[in-house]
Amino acid sequence: MAEHVGPKKIYVAVWATLMAMTLITTLVAFVDLGRFNTVVALAIATFKATLVVLFFMGAKYTSRLTRVVIICGIFFLGLLLAFSMADYLTRLWPA
Amino acid sequence: MSHSTEAGAVPHPALQVPYRDLDQQRETATLGMFVFLLTELMMFGGLFCAYLVYRTLYFPSFLEASRHMDLTIGAINTAVLICSSLTMALGVQAAQKGRSKTIVPYMLVTLLFGCTFLALKGVEYYHHWYMHEVPGFNFEFSSSIPMVDVGKVQLFFALYFIMTGLHALHMLIGIGLVTWITICAYKGRYTAGYHNPVENVGLYWHFVDIVWIYLFPLLYLISRMHT
Repeated sequence: MAEHVGPKKIYVAVWATLMAMTLITTLVAFVDLGRFNTVVALAIATFKATLVVLFFMGAKYTSRLTRVVIICGIFFLGLLLAFSMADYLTRLWPA
Repeated sequence: MSHSTEAGAVPHPALQVPYRDLDQQRETATLGMFVFLLTELMMFGGLFCAYLVYRTLYFPSFLEASRHMDLTIGAINTAVLICSSLTMALGVQAAQKGRSKTIVPYMLVTLLFGCTFLALKGVEYYHHWYMHEVPGFNFEFSSSIPMVDVGKVQLFFALYFIMTGLHALHMLIGIGLVTWITICAYKGRYTAGYHNPVENVGLYWHFVDIVWIYLFPLLYLISRMHT
């Protein structure tokens, strides 16, 4: 299997999207959305991170084994965050 | 199975012992790098988790503390890192095409962006020091809001300095690695078949970019508008 070389156009398009998203997330921070400020900011950050992993880090073109490893890592980080927050967010709930 | 070492064929000089061919060698290097980056992800993940938990527990104090972040520098630094990731990606692309000399200018621009990021971070740190916001050195803070506890504000700044400090340390290491790649590329060490170091340093650089992509909204943005 020869190595996939991504076209330059895609890298520039990804860069432009990332820059636009940075501008949007900064501007949205000045709009009062209540708790949705956090949701929107983290959703945009996750979208940006996904673009970086898929295109800049080449996860889209890499071997299936490497992709499985990446997904495993993200899954375990998700476990860490989900179970920790499930604990702390529900501590003050009435029994 | 096609052996590179079949009778008559000369093995590529970069091919190391356990590998069948250069593709397999490169895929192994990529996989290993991702495994390393996942250990890094769990290390930063633990800090992110601590931040989210304490932000939940000490919400008013964390909101108040977060207002002392310099949003302008934070946003500019985010843009600088994204630009550095583009030049890094283009440098890796040049390596994949076997153009060792073309890697050099891309890496130099990446270095420039990396140093710009650290310089701006330095300005920010100096400002925090000047404003007596560094826990353990000169922390002084007073607030008229009754819900805000000075100790919890200090906790925010401690987490801020640990998280951005660890990120800045990764940037420093990244700058060292990119310098090394630049020198080797200048000497013409990389070919279309062998450029694993360029790719792996690229992966490391992009990972450090991703960490900042999350640090920026969590530390600078999400507390701006809460009342």
